[in-house]
Amino acid sequence: MTTLASDLRDVTSSDAALRRFLHGLPGVDQVGAEARAAGLATRSIKTTAKVWAIDTAISMVDLTTLEGADTPGKVRTLCAKAMRPGEDAPPVAAVCVYPDLVETAVDALRGSSVGVASVATAFPSGRAALETKLHDVRDAVAAGATEIDMVIDRGAFLAGKYLQVLEEIVATKQACGEAHLKVILETGELVTLDNVRRASWLALLAGGDFIKTSTGKVTPASTPPVALVMLEAAREFVDRAGEVRGVKLAGGIRTTKDAIKYLVMVNEVAGETWLDPHLFRFGASALLNDLLQQRHKLTTGAYDGSDYVTVD
Amino acid sequence: MAKKPAKGAKFEYAPAPESRDIARLKPSYQPYINGQFRDGTGEAVKTINPADETPLAEVGEAGEKDVDDAVAAAREAADGVWGRMSGAERGKYLFRIARAIAERGRELAVIETLDNGKPIKESRDVDVPLASAHFFYYAGWADKLGYAGFGPNPQPLGVAGQVIPWNFPLLMAAWKIAPALATGNTVVLKPAETTPLSALVLAEIIAEADLPPGVVNILPGGPSVGQAIVDRAASGAIDKIAFTGSTDVGKLIQRTLAGSSARLSLELGGKAANIVFDDAPLDQAVEGIVNGIYFNQGQVCCAGSRLLVQESIQDELIQKLKRRLGTLRVGDPMDKNTDVGAINSAGQLAKIRELAESGEAEGATRWAPECALPTKGFFFAPTLFTGVSQAHRIAREEIFGPVLSVLSFRTPGEAIEKANNTPYGLSAGVWTEKGSRILSMANQLRAGVVWANTFNRFDPTSPFGGYKESGFGREGGRHGLEAYLAH
Repeated sequence: MTTLASDLRDVTSSDAALRRFLHGLPGVDQVGAEARAAGLATRSIKTTAKVWAIDTAISMVDLTTLEGADTPGKVRTLCAKAMRPGEDAPPVAAVCVYPDLVETAVDALRGSSVGVASVATAFPSGRAALETKLHDVRDAVAAGATEIDMVIDRGAFLAGKYLQVLEEIVATKQACGEAHLKVILETGELVTLDNVRRASWLALLAGGDFIKTSTGKVTPASTPPVALVMLEAAREFVDRAGEVRGVKLAGGIRTTKDAIKYLVMVNEVAGETWLDPHLFRFGASALLNDLLQQRHKLTTGAYDGSDYVTVD
Repeated sequence: MAKKPAKGAKFEYAPAPESRDIARLKPSYQPYINGQFRDGTGEAVKTINPADETPLAEVGEAGEKDVDDAVAAAREAADGVWGRMSGAERGKYLFRIARAIAERGRELAVIETLDNGKPIKESRDVDVPLASAHFFYYAGWADKLGYAGFGPNPQPLGVAGQVIPWNFPLLMAAWKIAPALATGNTVVLKPAETTPLSALVLAEIIAEADLPPGVVNILPGGPSVGQAIVDRAASGAIDKIAFTGSTDVGKLIQRTLAGSSARLSLELGGKAANIVFDDAPLDQAVEGIVNGIYFNQGQVCCAGSRLLVQESIQDELIQKLKRRLGTLRVGDPMDKNTDVGAINSAGQLAKIRELAESGEAEGATRWAPECALPTKGFFFAPTLFTGVSQAHRIAREEIFGPVLSVLSFRTPGEAIEKANNTPYGLSAGVWTEKGSRILSMANQLRAGVVWANTFNRFDPTSPFGGYKESGFGREGGRHGLEAYLAH
């Protein structure tokens, strides 16, 4: 685990200390958080700002396929798209696949800037023995994954076993080795914004490089108030612990309009520092094509149909 | 992950100006009297855009004769048609006005922003929708007055004289006109001298809604027109005065009406305390503080101009607040991304500056985020003062500008004592996650409105009004009907 500022070092020393800390965090007023998120959504991003935002969003996409029907062919297609999304658009940040397809992705992406992310730890439910989950992680890393997207044990979290959740994240981080760890909170199952804040802090204290909203398998996935609370947590973690950690929003973000709204939120809530693929990601599949279509419209003035972007 | 950042990350929002043409500004505007737009007998004055000091239009102000004509027309309408009309019929007119405000919402928002200086985002999302909602709400009451709790058959007072301020020109007109009409009264209304345009567009809407002549009369003008309307009430020609504005003018009106039979309601100044306890939802409290004092450039009578923060969290809260103020976008009110627009007039700007300077002179610490203010127009950076004590002028006097005074407290009792230690009592805010504390604070705060974990939240169903020198009478809700009913 990383070294933390002295006032935070002790909070993970026992279950009781951790509970005291997490429950001592300022509460989140749901109505107020929703109002703030809705207020930010009224920003009007046009012309040059929109051009910049679309390319930035493309560079932050974790292009994802997490289906039972995934095949090497499907993953290779996705990798080709990830490296060259179209015209002169920048490559995306990473491709995100199940562990058994990491090898295929690594082969397909060799020599490019695109990372290989893999979900692990008995994704999406996380309902397996710790050793099984760690094995899952080691497999993915051994196959060449540069980023691991783990799920927390929501059952343990909701039962108040915070230290258990923390220790699993710490163990997973160790199993990751050099690979970056994204910690999926599955906020749709945590339900309250107070829980989202506590889970965010828990994951950050445990050493997660990113906190991530959702697996994409549970509804609701990413919502603006949830993103707001997680971005606030990341910002505050810098103040308290002196370390900058990332945020990934996944699930349900399909349109350029939504992506730009979230970038505005990143800009105004967390700060400019996070406008960087190292610190902010969109986990998505359909979003990329909409970004490309809007990009095309801005450069040519004409909106071309879905037949002009590739189906992957 | 060994990748470089994609860009020199800096998200510059491109200008997103609303179109000025939407306002359909006319070169000149006239008073609306007895169902007609006609030249006023007062002077013609130019109303200017406070964001760039350029003239927007010429407005013919009303004179003494216009006031007499308007009062006579209102009396005839009250006695003849409007006071006798069934509530259901009156309600139809009000619904029509409410719909027309919503339909012409964009035009009204732009004209309000041009004339007042407030950001288009506020006039579009707050002022205009609330104005429409107010008419909708009171339209619903028009045929149910017997069930409002003021007796089985409450009667209108007759003619209401109404004088409104420049901070929410259209919304204040709606607050005044809607309950008066719903209860069967007729109206002579004077908008503020610096912001007459939206009320005159409302007059167009009222004319198009086919209200009988004389039911609503709108008389643009300065203090002399307001004085003339109040004088008519003192002499018995007007039955009720409703005034929103400064406490000084409110006192003057009360003196003038002393001994007369005219009814009076006053909504005056404020110096509201926004009280943040150590168990508050801090990020939302920061939003509430910002909304409390920087909304409409702080030109709000119920603004949360005094932040009372529990000493144990003061440093953390101020740090968060300063960071948040750094993200406020100050500038062109017509830009859809502007958060803080222009101060309404040169006079108001001078007053804000004078009080802010007194704060420094008396020893408080002044802070404002770095922000480039436009070179033309009346702008004042969002400002906060720390190290403020109860004795400082900036803690006692209403600044009516984007200036926050931060004070601290140790216990709930001390918070109450400090919050109530003001001649005003319009509003207050309480921030805590503890429900019982909210209720206990609300019981002890001498303020007409107490917001819990929110601030500056308005709704037509909710009564609004003051204690002490913040005035008397309530506007909004069922309570708002009482000011216009004999019972």
